[in-house]
Amino acid sequence: MAALTTKPATRPRPRPRYWRGVVALVAGLYFLGPLLASVIFTVDVPGQGFTLGAYTGILGADGFLASLRLTMELAVATIAVVFLLLVPAMIATRLAAPRLSSLVEIVCSLPLVVPSVALTAGFVSVLRWGPTKLSRTPFYETILQIQNPSFPVVLVLVYVLMALPLAYRTLDAGLRAVDLSTLVEAARNCGASPARAVLQVVLPNLRGALLNTAFLTLALVLGEYTAGAILGFTPFAVWIVGIGGSQAQVSVAVSVLSLVLTWVLLLILAAAGRGRSFRKSRTSQETS
Amino acid sequence: MTATLEFRGLRRVFGSTTALDGLDLTVQPGELVALLGPSGCGKTTALRILAGFEQPDAGEILVDGEDITGVPAHRRNAGMVFQSYSLFPHLSAADNVAFGLRMRGVGAAERRKRAAELLELVGLPTHGDRFPHQLSGGQQQRIALARALALEPRVLLLDEPLSALDAKVRVSLREEIRRLQLELGITTLFVTHDQEEALSTADRVAVMHGGRLEQCAPPAELYDSPATPFVAEFVGTMNRIPGRTGSDGTVEVLGRRLPLRGEAKADADVDALVRPEALDVTVGGDARVVTASFHGAVTRLTLALADGTTLKADVPSHRAAELPAGAAVTVGLPDRPVLVDDRAR
Repeated sequence: MAALTTKPATRPRPRPRYWRGVVALVAGLYFLGPLLASVIFTVDVPGQGFTLGAYTGILGADGFLASLRLTMELAVATIAVVFLLLVPAMIATRLAAPRLSSLVEIVCSLPLVVPSVALTAGFVSVLRWGPTKLSRTPFYETILQIQNPSFPVVLVLVYVLMALPLAYRTLDAGLRAVDLSTLVEAARNCGASPARAVLQVVLPNLRGALLNTAFLTLALVLGEYTAGAILGFTPFAVWIVGIGGSQAQVSVAVSVLSLVLTWVLLLILAAAGRGRSFRKSRTSQETS
Repeated sequence: MTATLEFRGLRRVFGSTTALDGLDLTVQPGELVALLGPSGCGKTTALRILAGFEQPDAGEILVDGEDITGVPAHRRNAGMVFQSYSLFPHLSAADNVAFGLRMRGVGAAERRKRAAELLELVGLPTHGDRFPHQLSGGQQQRIALARALALEPRVLLLDEPLSALDAKVRVSLREEIRRLQLELGITTLFVTHDQEEALSTADRVAVMHGGRLEQCAPPAELYDSPATPFVAEFVGTMNRIPGRTGSDGTVEVLGRRLPLRGEAKADADVDALVRPEALDVTVGGDARVVTASFHGAVTRLTLALADGTTLKADVPSHRAAELPAGAAVTVGLPDRPVLVDDRAR
């Protein structure tokens, strides 16, 4: 995937170059200016001079690691559920029932029209209603378990719903880029059972799309505040708002920190995805 | 590794269209049979049923007398080359070729050796490390051919493998396919809509129409004595000349009475079917040359008869000078039985 997209760009015409610089400058100012100002604000405290106190304060604060770990676990679980739910469904509809794929699309896009506050409110009322109605059934324990603060499954459910539209779009784009039925038929013709055809031919070719999906889902879970706060759990975003509320420097430092953290995680994911295709293009250069 | 192949009464219906309407065809061991026909005639469906990607509604497929209709696609051992580029994009050319061996659990060293042999066979011994997006269309189809041959299949299926390639590559690759097929002696079914491709490569050409087999014969026979009017007009160029059948198995056409070939209604208005190169054009008469177009060794004349019928005639180019556009000519027929068809409106 990466090898395909990193073809040398077409030779730039000399004229628009000047404008490129202007656009880059304006965009750079727009994005980096506030960021830089935030960083300066957090490290240059009036009366104290340069200090990293705001940052060390956060890292040392109670609950930092716990909330970050919870968020990571939730993100991993969400990505896993999204994949298990969507990938087989989308491959199956494309191969066996192409007409159903518009239904899958509609279902996956539905969460887009429901604001996350409304979605969470719905969850809250179900969680309230559940225990009283189900108190005499085995589901009572289930309702309690999915709200276990050490790993709130209910948050995974909310996140999965929120991630569905994004995940559908990215996977759909990936599936459109390959000739799925021909690849599966070619694999089966080579003696691969349907399951092996999907595992060894289709999935490796969806690698880019799967990574992008993981990417977006991770970013979504890292930044999600509404559901966590309303349902009363403390994932990273909720914790960060809580700690930042009391002090000006700290509140800005936490947003800088969460931005950096998101970047780092996304970079790690991207690097993991690029490793193989990089090796690919290098070996092919050696032979050519 | 070569096998007899047999379709028996194959039927397949998709919704309101009948793709196959009772197809019967036998391919002898080591033979290359081209399935030729207009799009929608069922030729690709027949191939896909043979590969196991479609199930027939009725009928059976036999390989070496053994019914394989119920065998799933991945156990059929029929190598296939697809119309669209079908190499696995994430694997190198060598890994693509060795994919089937990997599925069979063949060891890595053996796989590499076999892949190298096959790449050599298709003339790309140095391209094993390339990825599909680094190969041209013709190279990709060669690799696909090597992949199809890797498992030493009993039959080779070619589903219009050349249609995505440009003209020059198409000709050289089809010669290459034929050479390999003869060398390996593998039973091959070659689906194409290009009659030139079919006539130039196949041992026998099976012309299909409306889900049925019209005629299956060696190329020369197909061209010289087509069994049905459809075959006559689909393969090569064919003139329709108005005529009238008599009651004694003859037909009167262009002022001559000639024996009929095949069946025809007696005392009816018909069209005689005659090839352009069979027409004899002489100077002087009531027909007229409308246009002449140079095709190298022959020149194709478009002629208008006195009654308005338009004909095409091929004459040797050295004679074309005496038959310019506008010249008055006479059109003659050879002394051979003629095939007739019901009069076209």
